[in-house]
Amino acid sequence: MNVNTPSKLEKMLAAGNLAVTSECGPPRGSDPEVIVEKAKLLKNHVDAINVTDNQTSMTRMCSLAACIRLKLLGLEPILQMVTRDRNRIAIQSDILGGASFDIHNILCLSGDHQSFGDCSKGQNVHDIDSMQLIQTVRHMRDEGKFLGGDEIKRPPQMFVGAAANPFADPYEIRVPRLAKKVAAGAEFIQTQCIYNLDKFEDWMKKACDRGLHEKVAILAGLTPMKSVGMARYMKNRVPGMDVPDEIVKRLADTPKEKQAEEGINICVEAIERLKDVKGVAGFHIMAIEWEEKVPEIVERAGLFPRPSVN
Amino acid sequence: MRLSYPTTIKIIRVPCTGKVDTLHIMRAFEKGADGVYVVGCREGDCHYNSGNFRAKKRVEQAKELLDAIGIGGNRVRMCNLSSSDGPLFVKYAEEMHERICAAGPNPIKLAVKNRSTAEAGSKLAAPS
Amino acid sequence: MIVADKKPIEEIIDTVKDFRNILILGCNECVTVCEAGGKKEVGLLASALRMYFLQQGHEVNIGERTLERQCDHEYLEEIRDSIDHYDAVVSIACGVGVQFTAEKYHSKPVYPGVNTLFMGANEARGVWTERCQGCGQCILAVTGSICPVSRCAKRILNGPCGGSTEGKCEINKDVDCAWQLIIDRLKALGRLEEYEAICPLKDWSSDRAGGPRKVVREDLKL
Repeated sequence: MNVNTPSKLEKMLAAGNLAVTSECGPPRGSDPEVIVEKAKLLKNHVDAINVTDNQTSMTRMCSLAACIRLKLLGLEPILQMVTRDRNRIAIQSDILGGASFDIHNILCLSGDHQSFGDCSKGQNVHDIDSMQLIQTVRHMRDEGKFLGGDEIKRPPQMFVGAAANPFADPYEIRVPRLAKKVAAGAEFIQTQCIYNLDKFEDWMKKACDRGLHEKVAILAGLTPMKSVGMARYMKNRVPGMDVPDEIVKRLADTPKEKQAEEGINICVEAIERLKDVKGVAGFHIMAIEWEEKVPEIVERAGLFPRPSVN
Repeated sequence: MRLSYPTTIKIIRVPCTGKVDTLHIMRAFEKGADGVYVVGCREGDCHYNSGNFRAKKRVEQAKELLDAIGIGGNRVRMCNLSSSDGPLFVKYAEEMHERICAAGPNPIKLAVKNRSTAEAGSKLAAPS
Repeated sequence: MIVADKKPIEEIIDTVKDFRNILILGCNECVTVCEAGGKKEVGLLASALRMYFLQQGHEVNIGERTLERQCDHEYLEEIRDSIDHYDAVVSIACGVGVQFTAEKYHSKPVYPGVNTLFMGANEARGVWTERCQGCGQCILAVTGSICPVSRCAKRILNGPCGGSTEGKCEINKDVDCAWQLIIDRLKALGRLEEYEAICPLKDWSSDRAGGPRKVVREDLKL
């Protein structure tokens, strides 16, 4: 059981268990209770909780502060960090800030373009990209050095993750891109939410053919649909999302008051099917503003109680 | 065809409306014209291919500028016809005449007139 | 070339409305090609301003002059004798020209008449698109001659990001995803395996971030 950090998520994976993670978004204000309430809903049903970082470029409480609060409550946060808003100095600085509170997980992302959010007239930074951020964290952790070369006193001990989207264009480089992230140092992957199970299995197969599943833990992303309206919106208006017509039809054929329930059913069925797919190391259940449903999904998918690890 | 059209129209002939530049239109107004319209071949029939399309764009450009400075973009217009279509030529002339009468004189015409009167006056006064 | 776009005339009028002797100064190079600041545009702007001022009841002398370039001393010298006839200059050259003119004619107000935007190419009549942001360390050799710094909205060097959809950028359906273009080109050149090489952190010190830049060629200095 080879682990590089005290991360509970890493230990869960190293023990050979299917890991479960979820996520919550910080509030658009400074009230810490919002994030605490959401985390409490998830607490016993997941191994670690992602805290999003100014998602869709809407200004919110920063992920780092929210992660610290969760850590102080005894939870296991995953610090999501985008490269859109900070240069390499701030990035290293924030990593050390998180490490000072013993935050042991980081997810390295580029971030949605600021034109989507509430400050579309602002600059974006992108001093480094998500690939280089993975390299940076690994460098700080494994070499114990800053990018500039100086020694770090008490280097961060972070389990490094990245995102992958099996459905984005161009499809032909989706597995090479995964390989690239692994080569950069990614240790776990959370995918974009999956509805097209066939396409996902194809991607997993190609990844396994290259042996990537042995080098990185791939957590399949899932988001339960609340309604047929949500399904249509995600199908037509969200870039990089693949929602098959059958899913939309299945929800459309369901009476309105039962659509949310059906969305949960679809999610649970997906987990059951993906459990048997080679290379799937766990699940990342994203139920933004619907966190209360995560426990039900985890239980019905037979993933509760969570195994204990030291 | 011996059709008659309003005497307010002064014709300037060009080999193709593509020869008309936005600046020509602007200068006409500078010198006191009340309206300018550009009459070209029907779209698709231009002997030089796209001369009338270029003219159309330049008329639009002039329209925007004239609106922005308060002269009025409705004083310019692009028209298309076949060279043998006498009655349509008359129709366009009459329409333009009506439009410009309704718009009134070029706002700067009075200023131009005053300026040339003053210049003439000062030339008379200065020793030669 | 440098691509600029005309400023709205209302903005220019607002800047110069109190002057009575104005020189409109054009440039025969980039801004001529993108039809924003050449001799023709000088004529149009001058004519429009004259008519505007006449309507206001002001006698305003508007001069028109187009220099070969406004970024070289020798051409700017050509107006040394005539510039004092004017109280203000509206330069419709790019931002470089406006500034260089102002530096040379220290006590003469020089105002911009165009918005300078980017270094780009003329894709079609009336359409110019950005190609270069002058980062100072050209990496086109490894990206199939397509620049991710200027053509990717997030200047990602190891792209594409998750927002690339059907070859278009997430910010706008009309913007090509630079990384789709790069991948297509690498494929066409038979070099797709190079995609997996990780591009290291960029040295931005030669970019705007490092401060105003300078090129000195000792071999050319006299």
